[in-house]
Order: sequence, then structure tokens, then C-alpha cells
Amino acid sequence: MAQYKLVTCTINGKKREQMVDVRASLTDMLRNNYHLTSVKKGCEVGECGACTVLIDGEAVNSCLYLAVWAEGKNIITLEGLMNPDGTLSDIQKAFIDETAIQCGFCTPGFILTATEILNAGIEYTDDELRKLLSGHLCRCTGYQNIFRAVKKTMLRRLGKDAEAELVK
Amino acid sequence: MSIVGKSEVRVDAFDKATGRTKYYEDRMPSGALYARIKHSEIAHGFVKSIDTSAAEAIEGVVKVLTCFDVPDIAFPTAGHPWSMDPGHQDTADRHLLNRHVRYYGDEIAVVIAENEVAAMQGVRALKVEYDVLPFVLDVQKAMEPDAPQIHEECPGNVLKHTSMAKGDYDEAIKEEGLIKVEGWYETPMVQHCHIENHGCFAYAENGRITVVSSTQIPHIIRRIVGQALGRPWADIQVIKPYIGGGFGNKQDALYEPLCAWCSTQVGGQCVRIDCSREETFISNRVRHAIRFHIITWLHKDGSIAARKIECFSNQGAYASHGHSIVAKAMGSFPQIYPCDNVQADAYTVYTNRPVAGAMRGYGMPQASFADDANIEECALAVGMNPIEYRNRFIMPKGFEDGFSHNVNYYDSFRECMEKGRAAIDYDRKLKEYQNQTGPVRRGIGMAAFWYNTAVYPISLETSSNRMQLNLDGTVTMQCGETEIGQGADTAYAQMTAEVVGLASYRDVHVVSCQDTDITPTGLGAYASRQTYVAGFSIRQTGELLKKKILAYASKLTRQMVENMDIRDGSIVRVMDGKVLMSLKELAMTAQYNAADSEHITAESTYTIRNNAYSFGCSFAEVEVDIPMCKVRLLNLVNVHDCGKLINPALAEAQVHGGMSMAIGYGLSEQLLFDEKTGRPLNNNLLDYKLSTFMDHPDLQALFVENPEPTSPFGTKALGEPPACSGAPAIRNAILQATGVAIDKTPITPHVLFAEFTKAGLIHDDWEKEGT
Repeated sequence: MAQYKLVTCTINGKKREQMVDVRASLTDMLRNNYHLTSVKKGCEVGECGACTVLIDGEAVNSCLYLAVWAEGKNIITLEGLMNPDGTLSDIQKAFIDETAIQCGFCTPGFILTATEILNAGIEYTDDELRKLLSGHLCRCTGYQNIFRAVKKTMLRRLGKDAEAELVK
Repeated sequence: MSIVGKSEVRVDAFDKATGRTKYYEDRMPSGALYARIKHSEIAHGFVKSIDTSAAEAIEGVVKVLTCFDVPDIAFPTAGHPWSMDPGHQDTADRHLLNRHVRYYGDEIAVVIAENEVAAMQGVRALKVEYDVLPFVLDVQKAMEPDAPQIHEECPGNVLKHTSMAKGDYDEAIKEEGLIKVEGWYETPMVQHCHIENHGCFAYAENGRITVVSSTQIPHIIRRIVGQALGRPWADIQVIKPYIGGGFGNKQDALYEPLCAWCSTQVGGQCVRIDCSREETFISNRVRHAIRFHIITWLHKDGSIAARKIECFSNQGAYASHGHSIVAKAMGSFPQIYPCDNVQADAYTVYTNRPVAGAMRGYGMPQASFADDANIEECALAVGMNPIEYRNRFIMPKGFEDGFSHNVNYYDSFRECMEKGRAAIDYDRKLKEYQNQTGPVRRGIGMAAFWYNTAVYPISLETSSNRMQLNLDGTVTMQCGETEIGQGADTAYAQMTAEVVGLASYRDVHVVSCQDTDITPTGLGAYASRQTYVAGFSIRQTGELLKKKILAYASKLTRQMVENMDIRDGSIVRVMDGKVLMSLKELAMTAQYNAADSEHITAESTYTIRNNAYSFGCSFAEVEVDIPMCKVRLLNLVNVHDCGKLINPALAEAQVHGGMSMAIGYGLSEQLLFDEKTGRPLNNNLLDYKLSTFMDHPDLQALFVENPEPTSPFGTKALGEPPACSGAPAIRNAILQATGVAIDKTPITPHVLFAEFTKAGLIHDDWEKEGT
């Protein structure tokens, strides 16, 4: 028989609570209880990265994370990345501008991992960036334009706008 | 043209960047019942019985349906247009659930439950008894006289065999002094691996069945669901929301018919089927593994005297797209390297493997690998530079194919090869990488391909289109050629704006989600046809809409229709360019004119009766660590002539994705099966080596823009072509680096170890030499 537990957490800046099946993953809770459908399911075993969300700032495969573990956590999904006035974060804008989006199914996960990478404020080498992003699979883009979007945004955040313009 | 040809932002980019885009599962009605499928755990045999009692006792289980319950209707699944010629229709060889199971993973029962857990528990609780039969996984073995018989109606397991002959091969090879270049080339069974698994849901409404599905081909799915359920096609409504990639897997009826039938078995309640990743790998579709045998006879100058080609295509358990794929592969050989004496045979053979269907490239990645491996050997056999060899013998300018009547109007192959050659610095590197010694060596290689745009003359090629003038002067456009991630909607918006005369592609609202009750009939996304084929109906319908707009404008402006045009969203007088009124003004007046109201719309169908060659090539540079048997891809350059680019940035992105697929095809991807049981060994994204961010070099996509004369926008195929020539280019680069010719993909360390060992390259001296 299913058992339920009250889970209280902050989701996209708002304090929320719901009774949740103790067997449910965080993916299930965010999609089914909160209708945050940007959290995508591509494998449900942590292989593809499509379900990635930020938990206390860290990018996590929400399919591998039990909903009950979210107690007291601060969770951000792609829906929470847009500014309240409807403007986009720099990385969302870069994904649009650099043609880094095709079918869009891996996009939410990629953008959230990129957010974690960018928030570190570190200038990574190309190899480091590739490795940091390698937990996400994409079948449409060959990763080329995603890489460019992340790298350009990284350089811009570090005040290296001129250098960012040179990234091909 | 001012709007077409620009790198505009995708019309769906904002929603996708913000997580608003709705895929099938995001539109799920609450309370939908979960249907989970019981897949066979043997590769071949008959289901004797299924004990459903334990499953039915589970709380939440609503209904258990088995292969003993389904209607006795065999149906086809291929996403081909219906053919009025019964001889040209797809093979109907499967039931909704099958008693005769033909592969490990076949569908034998389904458990419908109120929640996912109960459905899964129900599946596990089913007790199945089988009569086990011998099985066969290999094509050649399946063609042996005593092989297990997979379909009663297809003795010998050969679904189809076709031949092609030109000149006299047997006579031609009698010529003295010919050089023989022979090889067997093997390509693997791979999967599409779109990140969104296939899924769908179905429910009854007003006595009809609605199916919402992650599909590329809503109008074709409507027909197949009707066929499978034995209901009039008009009883079925199919809705296609945004989909998370397809690559051909979703150009097939997957679980739509079963889902629709399940709904009918629970009183029309909404039933959902969601494939797991493991099911997607095994129980959807895969790419045909094709084995080629090629014998090429060369004159001393390298010209081809005669060629014999045999192609053996592993169909797996059911026909799906069947022989179309290997037929296309076979047809490519005499076109790319024309030769007077050709003997070719293609066989499509049932085996007890997962079902092979459409996948990006439709036989061409396979053919391209075999052909370019053999051609590379031909060049070497006569001591010619590989690119010079191709330049000399590849399809000449002006070549016309007798069947499709495709014409090579320009000298596209040579132009593409020249561009790629310069971009990767081919000549310098080819020289630099000759005569290397040592454990780590570099090499450079190339390969070329051609591709058909759309499927004429093999099948119907039609596209319908509806445009409506909105009150604000914008235009809403609908067609059946689906957006599946490639960016078709954006190209349509650009083309529509261009034809009608709007100020921006943003003034076109493309209704992305097809609904067969509403959307004009089109065939969907496949065969790299969307932009090319929809282009015809967009041109035609846009002109119709324009005519209607100008006819109404004539009443208001008292100007002659022929002296007016629509430019930048306004009606102008042609003679002096004076702006007479805006489209908004016209639309409002037309709609609310109390004496003469008109809702201005246009709709038309265009059936094309031609086709267009798309061309291209790949250049690869590799570094091979011989003792480690590892290949590192340093550079990959693709050059395409797909005519005029409608949206260069999207075209480039499309090429990147195809190149990525080619990298996996060349180096890592392959579905593996247990020889003893036929059980899949790596049907998950961990063990199936999809190439990751770290396996990719910088990808370079280049274009030669020779306008295609048959297209109203000068465009032609680009969706599939980028996946064709990458793998053989990598293979040829490895050959240049090491002198070892690998005649199978993927070129994994396992394969390299065996081949390097044979070549005497694996020894203990590397340690001494390497340091």
C-alpha cells in the first residue's frame, strides 16, 4: 500500500507543501503535483540528464532523487529561471541566440546545469566545460551550439564580452 | 527574396527555452489509465497460455488484455502514404498483441491500471507459458534452407529480393588486366535515441477515438489505427503535439493502435502508453543492419569496368518499412559512381531481432559506408589520391537518373569536395600523415554521398496548406508536414511571409500541432521532404491568398488588381509604389463590412511529380592510439549542397546533429544481443554508447548553395543527408593513419584490437618505441 508523507520545500521561490507518495521521485512530484512540465523524462535512471533541476543550487537528476528528500530544500526548475517581468536569464537568451535548441526536450536540463556552471563564476577551459556538460545527452544538436551558448555566457559573466564575440 | 535566406530565430525557441512547450505527456488528462506492456522473454515461439489471475487481483488493476483477446486483424506499421495499388501496400504482418512471438520484446499482453505501479506489478504477475522455437539473428543464417521460419506466409524468411542490372557484368569482367577490389562491409543495428521516448494516449469522444501521440506522421497514423482496429479511418482523430525528436522511429505506427484499442476495451476511458527507454530501444524500431558484398573491377586508369553489389538487410521480426530501405541503398551505387556494367541484388530478410524501420538516412548511411570503403580501396589499388579518384569518377555534371529523373544540374560533388578539402587542409595533412611510425598516428579521410529529396516516384508526394488572414494583418498557416525539432515551422513562416508579402516571418503564425480533424492533409516529417514539398503548397496557397486579398483591396481602392502588390504587410500600387492601405486595415474592413463581409482564407494541395538530388561529403581527421585501440576524432567537416538555404543558422544546426549521429555510427553505437537467447544486452543509455559532449570535436558545417531549379524556393533535402557520409570518412581516416582497413562499423576498441592484431600492430615493442 502506498504511504504518503508531507513534503515542504521551496519551489521556484515559493514555499510549497504537498502529501507525496514516499516512493515518488522528485521528477514525479514536480511534474504530477506541481505541473512543472519542463522537468522531462528521458530514461528515469539518471542516464540522459533531461530531468535535471537545481537543488540548493546544485544540478541534480531529479529522477534519481526521492521526492521526500526534498524536505526543506530550495528547488529551481526551468519555469523558475525567467525573471518575474517575463525577461529571460542570460543563458536562456544565449540558447535562443546561438540556435542551441532544436526539439527542445534536453533543453531544460542543459540550461539548469549550465546555470550551475555559470554561477560558479569560474573560467573553465573548453575541455572542462565539455566534461561538466557531459551528463546530458542530446540527439539533435551535436552539442556544438549548446557549447557555444554556455561558453559565450561564461565569458560575458566574467566581463569578457569581446572575447565572447569571437567564440565560433 | 528578403525573408527567406536569413538566420531568423526559431518560432518555438522562446517557449522551449522557458519550458512552456507541451509534449504529449504534458497534455495528459488527469485520471488517464496506465497501460503497461508485457513483452516476450523468448526470441521465437508461441504463447501457449497467459495466467492473468494474479495480475487481476492487484489493487488498481482495471483490465488485463492478452494476445488471445485482440481482433484477428493483421496490419502494417510503416509510415508510408497509402497506395491505391494493393501490390504496393506495406506488409500487414502483425497483430495488436502477438501469439506467435518473433523477437525478444514482442508484445504479448497489456495491463491497464489506475496507476503506474499497479500496472507494472500487474505485468510482473502475469504467468506466461511458451512453446519455444529455435531463433535466428543473422541474415545469412536466416536465408539457409533449414533456418527457423519466422512468418508462415514468408517461407525462407526473405521478405523481398530485387535486382538491378545494367550492361553485362559477366561479359565485362572477362576483359584482360582488370583489377579486382572486393570486400564485405558490415553495418550495425542502431537506435534513434531521440531524448523523448515514444508515448501516446487515447480516449473516446462522440463515438470516435482520439489519439494524442508523439509521432512524425499524424495523418498516416490515423489510417493505420483505423486499419488495425477495423474501423473507418474517419473514426479516428490523431493529434500531434511538439515532439522530443523522432529521426524516423516515429515515422511508424508504434503504440498508437494498441493504445486506441485499449481505450475501447475500458469503455472509452483515457488510456496512456509511455515507453520506457528500455522499450524504446527494443520494441520500437531500429536502423537496418545491412551487410554488403561488393566486387569492383577496375581498368588500369582506375575507371570502373564492372561492379557487382549484394545487399543483405536485417529486417528483424516484422516488415515495418521493409525492403524500401535496402532498395534505396542499392539504388545509390550506380548513381554516385556510374558504371556501364552493374549487377546488383538486395535482400530484406526476417530475423528474430527488433524491428527495423525508418531512421535518418533511410539506407544511405549503410550504403555510404560500404561504397566509400570500397571506393577508397579502388583509389589505393590504382595508386591514386582518394580525392582525385573521386573527382575523376564521381557522378558527372548533367547526370540524370533514369528512374527518378533527378538531374545533377551543377557540379555539386566537386564543388563540395573542393570546399571541404580546403576547410580541413586535406592535401597538406594527407602528405604529413603518410609513412608515420610509432604508436600514435594521425590520418585524414573523406567520403561523399547523394540523397533523394522526398519519395517521388516511389510514393505519393503531396502537401496541403491553409492560410487565413487575421484581423491584425498577420497570417495563420497550417500544413501536415510536422515540426519534429528540425525547425520546419520556422522555415514555413519565412516562406509564407515571403510569398504573401508580409513584413516579417513573425507575422506568420504556424499552427505547430497537427490535428487530423483540422489540419489539411499532409504526409508528415520524413524523407527530408518537409521544406521542399511544403514549399510548393506554400507558394501556391500564398499566391491564392494574395489574389483574394488584392481582389478585396480592388473594391476598396478602385485600383486594378494587376497594378497592386503586397509588400512589407501593406497593399501598394505597383506603378508608383504608393502604400494604399495596410493589411490590417484591409482585414478589418473585409471582416466587418456590413454590406460585404469576407473572411479571407486560402487552401490548396500541391502534388509534386519530381524529386531533387541533394549532395554532400564529409572530411574526418583522427588520431589513433594503436596500443590502446582508441580513435580520437580531431576534426569533422561536412559540406552540403541542399540548394538555397531558407535559414542558414538552422541549416547549420541540422548538419551538426546529423554529423553527431554519424560519429556514433562510426565509432560507438551498436545494439548487442545474447547469441544464446536473443536477449538484448545493452538497451539503455549507459551501455549503448551514444556519443556524449566529450566524444565530439568542433563540428564544421559548410554549404554550397546551388539553387534547385524544381523548387519554388531553390531548396532541397537537408534533414537526413548530414548523417550519411561521416562514418566512412572516419573509417578512411583510420585507414590512412594505420594502413588498416576496417570494414565494419562501429569501429570500437574491440574491433580495432582484432584488426590491429591481424595486421601485426599489437606487440610489446610499443613501450620501447613509444618512449
